[in-house]
Amino acid sequence: MSTEILSPLPGTFYRKPAPDQPAYKEAGDAVAKGDVIGLVEVMKTFYEVKADADGEIEAFLVENEDAVQAGQPLAKLKG
Amino acid sequence: MAIKKLLVANRGEIAVRIIRAARDLGIETVQAHSDADENSLAVKLADSAVNIGPAQAPKSYLNIEAIVAAATASGCDAVHPGYGFLAESSHFADAVEAAGLVFVGPRGDTIRMMGDKVAARTAAMNAGVPTVPGSDGRIDDVAAAEKLAADIGYPVMIKAAAGGGGRGIRIAHDAKEFEHFFKLAQAEASSAFGDGGLYVEKVIESARHIEVQVLGDGTDVVHCFERECSLQRRRQKVWEEAPSAALTEEVRHDLCTSAVALAKSVNYRGAGTLEYLYDDRTGDFYFIEMNTRIQVEHPVTEWITGIDLVAEMIRVAGGESLRLKQSGIVSRGHAIEVRINAEDPANDFMPFPGVVGELTVPGGPGVRFDTMLYSGYAIPPFYDSLLGKLIVWGDTREHAIDRLMGALGELDVAGVKTTIPLYTALAKDGDVRANAVHTRWLEKWLESNADKL
Repeated sequence: MSTEILSPLPGTFYRKPAPDQPAYKEAGDAVAKGDVIGLVEVMKTFYEVKADADGEIEAFLVENEDAVQAGQPLAKLKG
Repeated sequence: MAIKKLLVANRGEIAVRIIRAARDLGIETVQAHSDADENSLAVKLADSAVNIGPAQAPKSYLNIEAIVAAATASGCDAVHPGYGFLAESSHFADAVEAAGLVFVGPRGDTIRMMGDKVAARTAAMNAGVPTVPGSDGRIDDVAAAEKLAADIGYPVMIKAAAGGGGRGIRIAHDAKEFEHFFKLAQAEASSAFGDGGLYVEKVIESARHIEVQVLGDGTDVVHCFERECSLQRRRQKVWEEAPSAALTEEVRHDLCTSAVALAKSVNYRGAGTLEYLYDDRTGDFYFIEMNTRIQVEHPVTEWITGIDLVAEMIRVAGGESLRLKQSGIVSRGHAIEVRINAEDPANDFMPFPGVVGELTVPGGPGVRFDTMLYSGYAIPPFYDSLLGKLIVWGDTREHAIDRLMGALGELDVAGVKTTIPLYTALAKDGDVRANAVHTRWLEKWLESNADKL
């Protein structure tokens, strides 16, 4: 079964904790519920995006630094 | 050369403010905007608009090349940077001038010098302006730094020379903590800023934040009195006043005179603000830094002096000499500004972008509302949360706070959570009414008054 991780807020999506650091997760990585997969910046405040189930990241659906809407799917999760 | 056509290289309420000032001066305006701001009030009010890139600020409002190209292509002869974004970028000021355009602000060299904390502090000391006791510039040797800390007395602050906005600061309460933090701060500063330079400063406890507005034309400098901005959350000002009710006439005179001396010593051009810490108990003030731009809270100064600060900075940038003489600048009554942010004060100030329903704006004598809002406006999530500034004036501070209460009651931004409830609660608070506050007061108040928001 595959599920999607949704953006909790509108803003800018980042896959890395900082520009000079590696991505939190890559496609193919295993994730546990609660793992951080990226950040959403909204009005200069950063919020962590967490996996809401255990599984494996099948694909990211948006690029690093893309603008995202609240509720927009960010990544596909294989359960 | 008088400015004929001005590029507004900013967004939000300050873009609207700049357009209005330019219009008063008969200057045509071009609003630079990102994809996300196509429907902004500034775009609607400006004579024309030019797209400078995608929503994310690094690709638009921080993109020096795109902005200079837009200014040139649209036939502008000047650029106003507003506040934030590139307003204090010496590279931007240099690039604008190199393109043969006027930068509405100080010269790049002035921005560079005042932006370097150590250089600014040295300039202040050379102009005879009191600074917070601490190291004379950078200090690299732990043993020497520790001796200095003991001399000035704990607690002391260890600051990164290249830091800013509260970043790279540690507070040590004794020698043991000092040695530990100093080494840690050195490593952090070199990795975060590429510059491990540190300096050490005494911590002034229970200080007020007081700042002086200046205007210069490169030769002459005048002050427009002070503002007090002690009510802060996470080092961000939320409530600002002019004048400060905490100062005696004698301290006010000395403070404002010191600001003019420092600004004159660097041949300051444009509008600028010198920030100080003020210690109630001793009556001492200490220069901390200079902001080489117009500030968010400039309207409170405009109201007590009757001066249009944004118009004056544009005139000076266009080559005019200061029209104002110090003896002609007088302060009347008391003004208060509160920042209306798209944040939910009942939910730890969580940002709240959204679509504005019906907008109800307060009015009447002594009330001004500077905003970029209109009914139906979709607030983009990409920029800061400032929606507008409610500014009130009264004969006295008490009168101003009463008017603030009334105006807050009228103001309504349907569909969006804002910081209005915070100000309603603060305006009723006994300490705020008595002006018994300091820069850490609001954070403590929030810990025990969350139920009022």
